[in-house]
Amino acid sequence: MINSGMVTAAYIAAAILFILSLAGLSKQETARQGNVFGIAGMAIAIIATILGPGVTSYGVLIVMVVIGGAIGATLAKRVEMTQMPELVAILHSFVGLAAVLVGFASYLDPDTVYLGTDRAIHDVEIYLGILIGALTFTGSVVAFGKLSGKIGSQPLILPSRHLLNIGIGVACLIMLFIFVGAAPDGDLAAQEAAMQAGDTGKGLGTFLLVVMTLLAFAFGVHMVMAIGGADMPVVISMLNSYSGWAAAATGFMLSNHLLIVVGALVGSSGAILSYIMCRAMNRKFLSVIMGGWGDAASTSGGGSGGADEPQGEAVPISADEVAELCRDADSVVIVPGYGMAVAHAQHPVSELVQKLKGAGKNVRFAIHPVAGRMPGHMNVLLAEANVPYDLVLEMDEINDDLADTDVVIVIGANDIVNPSAMDNPDSPIAGMPVLEVWNARTVVVSKRSMATGYAGVDNPLFVRENTRMLFGDAKDSVQGVLQGL
Amino acid sequence: MIIGVPAETYAGERRVALTPETAGRIAALGHSLLLESGAGESADLADSAYTEAGVEIAPDAAAVYSRAELILKVRAPSEAEVEHLRNGQIVVSFLWPAQNPELLKSLSAKGVTALAMDSVPRISRAQKLDALSSMANIGGYRAVVEAANQFGRFFTGQVTAAGKVPPAKVLVIGAGVAGLAAIGAARGMGAVVRAFDTRPEVAEQVTSMGGEFLMLEFDDADGSGEGGYAKTMSDEFIAAEMALFREQAKEVDIVITTALIPGKPAPELWTTDMVESMKPGSVIVDLAAEQGGNCKLTKVNEITEHNGVRIVGYTDLPSRMAAQSSQLYGTNLRHLLTDLTPEKDGVVNVNMDDEVIRGATVVKDGEITWPPPAPRLSAAPPKPAVAPTPTPDLAKAAEEARPGSPIVPMVIGAVALLALGRVAPPEFMSHVTVFVLACFIGYQVVWAVTPALHTPLMSVTNAISGIIVVGALLQVSASSGFVVFLAAIAVLIASINIAGGFLVTQRMLKMFRK
Repeated sequence: MINSGMVTAAYIAAAILFILSLAGLSKQETARQGNVFGIAGMAIAIIATILGPGVTSYGVLIVMVVIGGAIGATLAKRVEMTQMPELVAILHSFVGLAAVLVGFASYLDPDTVYLGTDRAIHDVEIYLGILIGALTFTGSVVAFGKLSGKIGSQPLILPSRHLLNIGIGVACLIMLFIFVGAAPDGDLAAQEAAMQAGDTGKGLGTFLLVVMTLLAFAFGVHMVMAIGGADMPVVISMLNSYSGWAAAATGFMLSNHLLIVVGALVGSSGAILSYIMCRAMNRKFLSVIMGGWGDAASTSGGGSGGADEPQGEAVPISADEVAELCRDADSVVIVPGYGMAVAHAQHPVSELVQKLKGAGKNVRFAIHPVAGRMPGHMNVLLAEANVPYDLVLEMDEINDDLADTDVVIVIGANDIVNPSAMDNPDSPIAGMPVLEVWNARTVVVSKRSMATGYAGVDNPLFVRENTRMLFGDAKDSVQGVLQGL
Repeated sequence: MIIGVPAETYAGERRVALTPETAGRIAALGHSLLLESGAGESADLADSAYTEAGVEIAPDAAAVYSRAELILKVRAPSEAEVEHLRNGQIVVSFLWPAQNPELLKSLSAKGVTALAMDSVPRISRAQKLDALSSMANIGGYRAVVEAANQFGRFFTGQVTAAGKVPPAKVLVIGAGVAGLAAIGAARGMGAVVRAFDTRPEVAEQVTSMGGEFLMLEFDDADGSGEGGYAKTMSDEFIAAEMALFREQAKEVDIVITTALIPGKPAPELWTTDMVESMKPGSVIVDLAAEQGGNCKLTKVNEITEHNGVRIVGYTDLPSRMAAQSSQLYGTNLRHLLTDLTPEKDGVVNVNMDDEVIRGATVVKDGEITWPPPAPRLSAAPPKPAVAPTPTPDLAKAAEEARPGSPIVPMVIGAVALLALGRVAPPEFMSHVTVFVLACFIGYQVVWAVTPALHTPLMSVTNAISGIIVVGALLQVSASSGFVVFLAAIAVLIASINIAGGFLVTQRMLKMFRK
């Protein structure tokens, strides 16, 4: 067994390993090492905690860790890369739920006794920890449902939803004051006496906590329900951030510095990712959280009628003709979107790229920062299909080259290649940076139908003169092109 | 705007800045064109061809300078030509601002705006107006033609009734644009081509042109400098390089050197003893002759002979192919004018916010604006070896990207902290200290993450937020049964999170490959 000083030392080592882990994850070359650091940090933290003072029920503990670890490992092994966003969402919900449970346990634990200001602060910490944990939990569950198609991805806009949100917020705040005030009155001596008599004043407190938890659950559901599918990358990274804050709040309530450090690291990392995603869509974080997409789409849908409809006719093309186009082209750029993920088309796409490269063509990928349903979603899918990562370029790197490109193949992407973001100031996506594929000589769009993307905006790209529509399932289409080659 | 093109006055210069083809395209931007009579003659372009393309022919240079508002030229204006310029005029040509500070001063004294085609930044968007590359391309090709002219044998190996002819062996030093063009041309004529460059990443380009890349067995042999150009190398590296060249000198028949380091005299790579060890009848073409030459024996604009080896020191190779180079240079100029006339209404806007135009503009309304601020993107992909250089840039970019002024939130934060410190117990404040510092570390560490790694980063942070298990572990041993129950469930789900998060990240990262 080790003493508490040694546990603290182990925590310092773990915290440093976690920081190195995040730092490593920011570059391709060091990413794997970063993950190993993370695992090492976690192992040190858990082992030190178990061996440290105050832990005695090894039986329960080991059973739970082994079962949990086995479930996690199976999930990680089984999940398909296209389902990555769902997995991440559901894992976030676990952190949230764990924070709620730990919060309740901490409140109900008769062994910890706080008095006076300490008690007030501790109560606030518990309250906040449970609040954040609860809304992370249900928010993530709803996000999971939306991503896996179990819940419709359209934003659910309740009437006067802002009022509802404010109402929940105010109710939670009022209950916080009652909750803190629920401790037995009187001076410290009286409090102590009351506690020894068994009156811990926790009856009312527990009731309030449960009510608040239910409210926070409702809030989490409502918040994510109101956000449309296209904003999912933001939501996922925001929930990532929340799960960090929940861990940090738990750290405060347990006076555990390691939890605080890790929670803050994860929280700020998630916040930065959310900010990057928002910037990529030229949206304000607040309007995403408030479900602003719904607003904008409804005005354009209701007010404009036929005026904004793109003029012209889409020209369909067959897979063989696309193959012909590719054969004549010197440079080909592929723009993947969520549709590629849905159709599991990444493997045929990778094969197509190898074939074209073998024929001496300059083939590259252009990835929009919010393509897919999670930050970096497309990169993961392409990596799974063995596409070398130096072929995969970001929007800023490739946008200027698109004008000199012979053929651009858009696979299951829509809003990120929509020219109205640039030339229609009334469009709901106006000002969002997009891939300027229409500057290329020919654009081939592989899509199931002419339906709109998640933003619910018509795409004039489809009816441009140099655009050809390859209708059908992305996987079948790409395989058709492959045969044609 | 009236755009004027005078004939080049530099001795031996045969290029012209406008061709009938580019004239039509420039006119479409809303400009009218004025050409000095006979300006295109040495590039085989008659005045009549220009007239057909809608260009007005002026009798002499003075007429061009007095009427035109924008002057297109090839060579930097001579003293006499600068005298013709007037306040407010725009002049576009090669200027070499680093080498010609006097010229800059006199241009600025005249109150003109001058754009240097040689100062266009090397970024993807500006490739279409990269005149240095188009001229280097021609220079490389012509270098092979000049070498063939001096060389007494075939390039291709042949077996004929009259005997066997071995193929010529060509060594190209420096695989930039000129070097690659030379490799292509020499291969096209049937020679065996080898190439050397200090930047190992060009090996692939050399092979793609059909050349053989000579590797140097040397640690840290990365010579890529800023903007895709080469940089000066260490002594050990140079010694190894020289040994390689000495070995090659005995074998090769033709050497084409193209090694240049921006803003510095050309490095001496082909020493006198190497020349002396070459077979008689061999040829050296020194494309760096103008900057002092890669070979000491090179004489500018001359062919010299040393020990039976001919050394070609022409500096006017593009001008020797005036029709081709005028066409390419003219097209580069046309692209620049397209950028300068964004509305296609004949109004030239020297927009200093445009990175490309900003880079090319060396004098703006009489004020010297050279050198421009460093470009934000480098032409070559950033290598780990040069990481220290881009880091400050990245940090700077991040700084710019952060929204709003930091002062107001900082003050608010400080006040809030102070207020908290007044009432909170010291233990709580120590938690806050840890919390705030950790937030900052997270902020600094995560900010520079590459977009491709967003998903792995998120799943790792997700896994490590499973650290909440520590809290649950501490509670599992509580005395109350209900608390133990809650904590046990928390341990279970946090463990799922930890194992799942780390393993799936591992799986994802394994897939990323170069």
